[in-house]
Amino acid sequence: MSLRIVVTVKYVPDATGDRHFADDLTVDRDDVDGLLSELDEYAVEQALQISENSDDDVEITVLTVGPEDAKDALRKALSMGADKAIHVEDDDLHGTDAMGTSLVLAKAIEKAGFDLVVSGMASTDGTAGIVPALVAERLGVPQVTLLSQVAVEGGAVTGRRDGDTASEQLQAALPAVVSVTDQSGEARYPSFKGIMAAKKKPVESWDLSDLGIEAEEVGLEGAWTTVEAAAERPARTAGTIVKDEGEGGKQLAEYLAGQKFI
Amino acid sequence: MAEVLVYVDHVDGAVRKPTLELLTLARRIGDPVAVALGNGAGETASVLAEHGAVKVYTHEAAEYADYLVVPKVDALQAAVTAVSPAAVLVPSSAEGKEIAARLALRIKSGIITDAVDLEAGENGPVATQSVFAASFTTKTRVSTGTPVITVKPNSAAVEAAAAAGAVEALTVSFSQAATGTKVTSRTPRESTGRPELTEAAIVVSGGRGVNGAENFAVIEALADSLGAAVGASRAAVDAGWYPHSNQVGQTGKSVSPQLYIANGISGAIQHRAGMQTSKTIVAVNKDAEAPIFDLVDYGVVGDLFDVVPQLTEEVKTRKG
Ligand SMILES: Cc1cc2nc3c(=O)[nH]c(=O)nc-3n(C[C@H](O)[C@H](O)[C@H](O)COP(=O)(O)OP(=O)(O)OC[C@H]3O[C@@H](n4cnc5c(N)ncnc54)[C@H](O)[C@@H]3O)c2cc1C
Ligand SMILES: Cc1cc2nc3c(=O)[nH]c(=O)nc-3n(C[C@H](O)[C@H](O)[C@H](O)COP(=O)(O)OP(=O)(O)OC[C@H]3O[C@@H](n4cnc5c(N)ncnc54)[C@H](O)[C@@H]3O)c2cc1C
Repeated sequence: MSLRIVVTVKYVPDATGDRHFADDLTVDRDDVDGLLSELDEYAVEQALQISENSDDDVEITVLTVGPEDAKDALRKALSMGADKAIHVEDDDLHGTDAMGTSLVLAKAIEKAGFDLVVSGMASTDGTAGIVPALVAERLGVPQVTLLSQVAVEGGAVTGRRDGDTASEQLQAALPAVVSVTDQSGEARYPSFKGIMAAKKKPVESWDLSDLGIEAEEVGLEGAWTTVEAAAERPARTAGTIVKDEGEGGKQLAEYLAGQKFI
Repeated sequence: MAEVLVYVDHVDGAVRKPTLELLTLARRIGDPVAVALGNGAGETASVLAEHGAVKVYTHEAAEYADYLVVPKVDALQAAVTAVSPAAVLVPSSAEGKEIAARLALRIKSGIITDAVDLEAGENGPVATQSVFAASFTTKTRVSTGTPVITVKPNSAAVEAAAAAGAVEALTVSFSQAATGTKVTSRTPRESTGRPELTEAAIVVSGGRGVNGAENFAVIEALADSLGAAVGASRAAVDAGWYPHSNQVGQTGKSVSPQLYIANGISGAIQHRAGMQTSKTIVAVNKDAEAPIFDLVDYGVVGDLFDVVPQLTEEVKTRKG
């Protein structure tokens, strides 16, 4: 038996950098350093653990949709231990919304062949947390999302989802789409050996025509949502800061009372 | 007037506050039509009517509890077909966003997630989003199909408005995908008696500076004196001092209360992502250089174990 896992990984602007929008109201990716979305490291980690706990032959493919630099995200995932990578890159993808992204991912996953898709809970830039559900809808397979614990056995995936009001145990037959949270387990650091090995691992490049997608279906023109304005939030006016010299709690109470909170 | 579908988030018939906020926002665009699903759906009607729902579609079936997300998508799609709404509004919970996304794809419509405000526009509703850890504000519109928009809790003040609230049974036929992901067991979260974190008017949070699970009693005491919810940073959660369900931030809950009090929290970007839209921000931290102080309306540089108990006592005294 063999198990083909595709892990979707996004290349995002560094959250600790100065993120902003370009003139066309898309994310400016030129001025800011990018990296593998930290939350996708958890997805790679869970794929590696599923592989390590499996008696089957497991092949892990990491997949990204993004510009040239997005190869960095693939390299990081490969150096953690994934087997091969697919990079979907096309100038017509600039400005794609969640609908378009899920279309490209679903077509690429189908072309690659899969038994299990593993995604992060959300990207650290768009942060919508909807792409895994959209990919599952498009592929017509179960979504087993937002898992803090995941296991694959006997052709089924099981996991725990900690929701707003309850914690649920979930189960679905493969093929399926899974997303994992940052509670699923710390991601490993790439070892030196892993980094060296990653340089030799295959990275395939596909464009829209390889996936049978028309340019009008994606990109800024093909987006079903339109950003009309983006403005930097005005800096907060400097607050009052006091040093506690024995009365700090009382001073704070005075402030809160003045604001009618007490 | 055009109808606007509002997905009802409820627990066994008890409607959660974000849904009432949605009904308020929906009235800016049209006549709210509510969709309540699952156990207790019928019991939601009166409160929905008091908040402006002209009609309430209900449907009870075991599928909603036994399988993940898809049965609810099937039902919402049936409701869209029934009324051809001007927009569909869904609360921005993790599940709400997934339901909304799959619905949007099926009806070939764009989706906007995590709106913090909504107004009528020339070309349909315009949503405000607060992005990049609340450092930017965007105005976004759905350009294809029926706008599907998820709205964050605390995005509007709940306003009562009496309406007919006519209850009608929704006819739903479940898709084949509906039973794909089985919920094999469910453990409800125990109630603490405190307000729900995302809905609370005041949130009191503790971070690594609280230094131990037992010390969270200091944070809880302040929260209880103010009638507040308790939050925690990821550092406090990862250390096992407080449950993950109380984590505030990018991978925890995003809160937007009237007042946020951060104690022993440094203010990392991922924490800020979950609380930066709070109306008033207060921090207690012994490090004057902590980045959290860049955000505050009022900050106390000091040891939280001195400041917080004194504050709690003072609140109790003032409240008599
Ligand atoms: C600030 C901001 C706000 C946005 N708001 C909206 C909006 O309201 N509506 C809308 O339709 N689009 C929106 N977008 C665009 C949207 O973020 C992108 O289309 C994105 O590619 C998919 O959504 P996400 O980043 O939110 O992903 P999420 O749904 O948060 O990502 C979940 C997982 O999906 C996978 N994934 C996501 N994108 C990729 C990728 N390119 N390659 C590989 N794997 C991926 C990853 O595993 C990731 O962990 C917004 C973008 C930004 C930057
Ligand atoms: C992908 C990703 C997602 C993340 N998601 C989240 C998230 O959702 N939420 C979140 O919070 N973090 C999140 N983080 C972690 C975040 O980066 C920080 O590590 C975390 O917020 C730090 O928590 P802290 O402020 O409690 O601890 P620290 O940064 O260690 O700060 C502790 C503070 O307490 C102060 N202090 C210590 N003792 C006292 C005392 N006696 N009295 C007063 N002050 C005292 C110190 O001066 C210090 O400023 C995420 C990180 C990543 C990479």
